[in-house]
Amino acid sequence: MQLTNRSKVVTKPEMTFVEKLYLPAIFSGLGITIKHLFKKKATLKYPEQTRQFAPVYRGMHVLKRDEQGRENCTACGLCAVSCPAEAITMDAAERKKGEEGLYREEKYAARYEINMLRCIYCGLCEEACPKDAIYLTDRIVPSEYSRGEFVFGKDVLVEKVDQRIDVSKRKKTYTI
Amino acid sequence: MSIVLFKAILVVLIFLISLGIAAYSTYGERKIAAFLQDRIGPDRAGPFGLLQPIADGVKMFLKEEIIPTVSDKLLFIAGPSMFMLTALMTSAVIPWGLPLEFGGTVYALQVADINIGILYIMGVVSLGVYGIMIGGWASNNKFALLGAIRASSQMISYELAMGMSVIAVLLMTNGSLSLNNIVQSQGEGKLYGFINISGMNWNIFYQPVAFIIFLVCSFAETNRTPFDLPESESELIGGFHTEYSSMKLGLYLFGEYINMFISSAVISCLFLGGYNFPGIEYLGTVLPHNIVSLISVAALFGKIFFFIFFFMWVRWTIPRFRYDQLMRLGWQILMPLAIINVLITGGILTFFGN
Repeated sequence: MQLTNRSKVVTKPEMTFVEKLYLPAIFSGLGITIKHLFKKKATLKYPEQTRQFAPVYRGMHVLKRDEQGRENCTACGLCAVSCPAEAITMDAAERKKGEEGLYREEKYAARYEINMLRCIYCGLCEEACPKDAIYLTDRIVPSEYSRGEFVFGKDVLVEKVDQRIDVSKRKKTYTI
Repeated sequence: MSIVLFKAILVVLIFLISLGIAAYSTYGERKIAAFLQDRIGPDRAGPFGLLQPIADGVKMFLKEEIIPTVSDKLLFIAGPSMFMLTALMTSAVIPWGLPLEFGGTVYALQVADINIGILYIMGVVSLGVYGIMIGGWASNNKFALLGAIRASSQMISYELAMGMSVIAVLLMTNGSLSLNNIVQSQGEGKLYGFINISGMNWNIFYQPVAFIIFLVCSFAETNRTPFDLPESESELIGGFHTEYSSMKLGLYLFGEYINMFISSAVISCLFLGGYNFPGIEYLGTVLPHNIVSLISVAALFGKIFFFIFFFMWVRWTIPRFRYDQLMRLGWQILMPLAIINVLITGGILTFFGN
């Protein structure tokens, strides 16, 4: 039964003598492959060269410090609330006397953990953070041998005072 | 230096060169495959990855030797040995260059100038099928057996067309089977009787059809793509060498590359003038004889390397034949074409002379 009038009768035309020889086709094929010999190679020699990331690339998180080396995070929990994968947990603590050089405000995160296997790298924590504390960087999460090791604590996430991580590409220049 | 000592040195030298070229063919294959696919290929071992064949060889030697319990032990070991032996034997009759001359004695750069040279090569090459057949049979494995059967039927079918295409060439050299005579005749005379370039009187200009038939058949004889049905790793998981491991597998793979080298040499000798190169006579008048000899060796190796490259080039161009297509091409196309070519050549030579 014909449903539409768009059907076509497929014909398999008889090959001409030149086509039956196959040699012209083979030679044109050889021409195509030899062209690739001189093309630019797509390979990147990995350990020596690394691929350029897009400026919007969302990789491993970092917990920022301010200019004086104090942690920005105040353990408000907005990142954990916004996280769709529920990868972030934290414990808040009160800043004691003499710790002013370590934490910027009176409250800080005593424990801050991100489960890197749960994380979907959506960047909503970064969007939610009111204190410029958490950013997603262009660093790749290192591989580990067990699942437990993928729960990253403050020792990994907080940037070192002497090794600041550049997040200028991710900082929003607009205000709402 | 006695002639026996010279021949002994030559034999060892050719043996080493064959193995060296086979080793670096594996590297070349991977490199060319990579380049044709816009990749870079092995480049970690040494500069440009040039030490890769050594690393591969060491790996092959250190791998565990597995002989299946259900296999025929003696034949299982005999298979790769025979394959390698026949692959190495063929190089004996190939003339590698113009003779060298030291102190009045002439040393021919050919291990044995026997008067049935090309016949000897065809004979030894067809012995090579035993190596594959025995190996595939002794493995006691379905895939290996299928691969071996494919290999033997393919090699037997294509040998006929190959032999027929050679006959046309032999007719042109007054029926001499000696490879040395065939190569020499291509260095003399004028191309088509009037183009006067010395050393350019190559058979390919007279016998293009025979050349194409011989080329296609040598692809089939060396089990290279598009005729790699015996191995066909995608269908038969390696074909006849499925059960082989360690250096026995290495011998099979190595033997294939040596076969490739030798068949490139035979093609060069039969159709591309062997060690002859354009301007060979002029160089003979201005340079010492031994230097010209070495240049002629280089010319032959240049042709050989081109054909080895061509083998690899075709591998990444043409997909594998189906088995019935393979048989149809061998028996219904190449075979009649070769016979017609012989008839036409014979007719022209009979009625129009030289």
